[in-house]
Amino acid sequence: MSICIIDYGLGNLASIRNMIRKAGGKSEISSDPTVIAAAEKLILPGVGHFAAGMENILKSGLLPVLHEAVLERKTPILGICLGMQLMAGHSEEGDVAGLGWFDADIIRFRQEDMGNLKVPHMGWNEVKPAKAHALFPNVDEPERFYFVHSYHIRCNNPEDVLATAHYGYDFTCAVSRKNIAGMQFHPEKSHRFGMGMMERFIQWQP
Amino acid sequence: MALKRIIARLDIKQERLIKGMHLEGWRFLQDPPQKFCAEYYRQGVDEIIYVDVVASLYGREKLTEIVKQTTDHVFVPITAGGGVRSLDDATDLLRSGADKVAVCTGAIKEPQLITEISRRYGAQCCVVSIQAKKNGNQWDAYYDIGRENSGRSVLDWALEAVALGAGEILLTSIDREGTRKGFDLDLIEQISSRVQVPVIASGGLGTPGHAAQAFQAGADAVAVAYALHYGLCSVGDIKEYCRNAGIPLR
Repeated sequence: MSICIIDYGLGNLASIRNMIRKAGGKSEISSDPTVIAAAEKLILPGVGHFAAGMENILKSGLLPVLHEAVLERKTPILGICLGMQLMAGHSEEGDVAGLGWFDADIIRFRQEDMGNLKVPHMGWNEVKPAKAHALFPNVDEPERFYFVHSYHIRCNNPEDVLATAHYGYDFTCAVSRKNIAGMQFHPEKSHRFGMGMMERFIQWQP
Repeated sequence: MALKRIIARLDIKQERLIKGMHLEGWRFLQDPPQKFCAEYYRQGVDEIIYVDVVASLYGREKLTEIVKQTTDHVFVPITAGGGVRSLDDATDLLRSGADKVAVCTGAIKEPQLITEISRRYGAQCCVVSIQAKKNGNQWDAYYDIGRENSGRSVLDWALEAVALGAGEILLTSIDREGTRKGFDLDLIEQISSRVQVPVIASGGLGTPGHAAQAFQAGADAVAVAYALHYGLCSVGDIKEYCRNAGIPLR
């Protein structure tokens, strides 16, 4: 099993690699299209500005490589944080188009619904699975993960919602459809729950 | 509702873990910092903060190496700081595996540094560290490990730092730091009630009850050093006490 952690110049990838190793998997950090094409699974990581993320993917020439691997060969992929957001059709952050794998928008936390809560939403929060899925087997037991973000995804297809969290209001914090999954939170920074998630991703056979 | 956080703070001199009082009189601890970190991770700590108190004198190679080794087996967010004077300094720490960078002196001398880090890496990446000391009726913001008074009130500086792009404030009470007498609750309340970003209270925890007091005063997280390093209590003890006090924790 080889997992390719896609390096498009944003975010800190060593922790993901280290966690996969601890969880018993093998991974490689790469921006090489041939490595990405050959990988059995992909992780699309990333921290930072949406527009900068899309720009880097476009500039690096990875867009057709990703579309082909994910949409045609159906390689299982996990998006983390910005990597998940990029899977949406559009983001308010920079007002640009994303990869379009989910019919969804990335929107900023609506300040009028936040009361005195602070944005970015930063820290640990409970994640509630919205449907039965191999990545969230314990539907009755909420797990806690580490979040750092000011924007979140809003799905137009309710069946794409994999999990929700509450911050000011219930928002979608994980999405899935077929071989594609994405998480707003950081499994690689989420202690034992994150380790469990990574183990399940390594086992995942969509 | 984000859960409240217990953070282990490790002050570093070269490759050694140190602990002082009022940000002075530093003493070395026996074991390497990575070993302490691994133990706090085992106890269930939510985050780690490393502050290199001599980075401005000797450079950052030791700290980046410690961070790198820590990320090998510690899967919680790591903040690193000490002597960060430029965007390149911040980049060094982030490349070594830190998730956030703490800036103090560099930000006071060149406030634009906050904006640069925040624009480049996002506000969540930029922790502004404020060393607070009470003079008369107000708290002044100090820098250079508590040696120099900026002449600005902590509240003014915190508000400006947030306006410039700080994503989090690490608020250290010099008066309480290393004393185990409990946090400066008035300071926490004043700052956390006014700034729109999370406030990490640092300086003074001697018992698990002190953490609960800090959360009740408005802190989003507490940083613990002495009590953990010298084994007065564990992360688990602090969490159990806070949970029983009705504080939502991880």
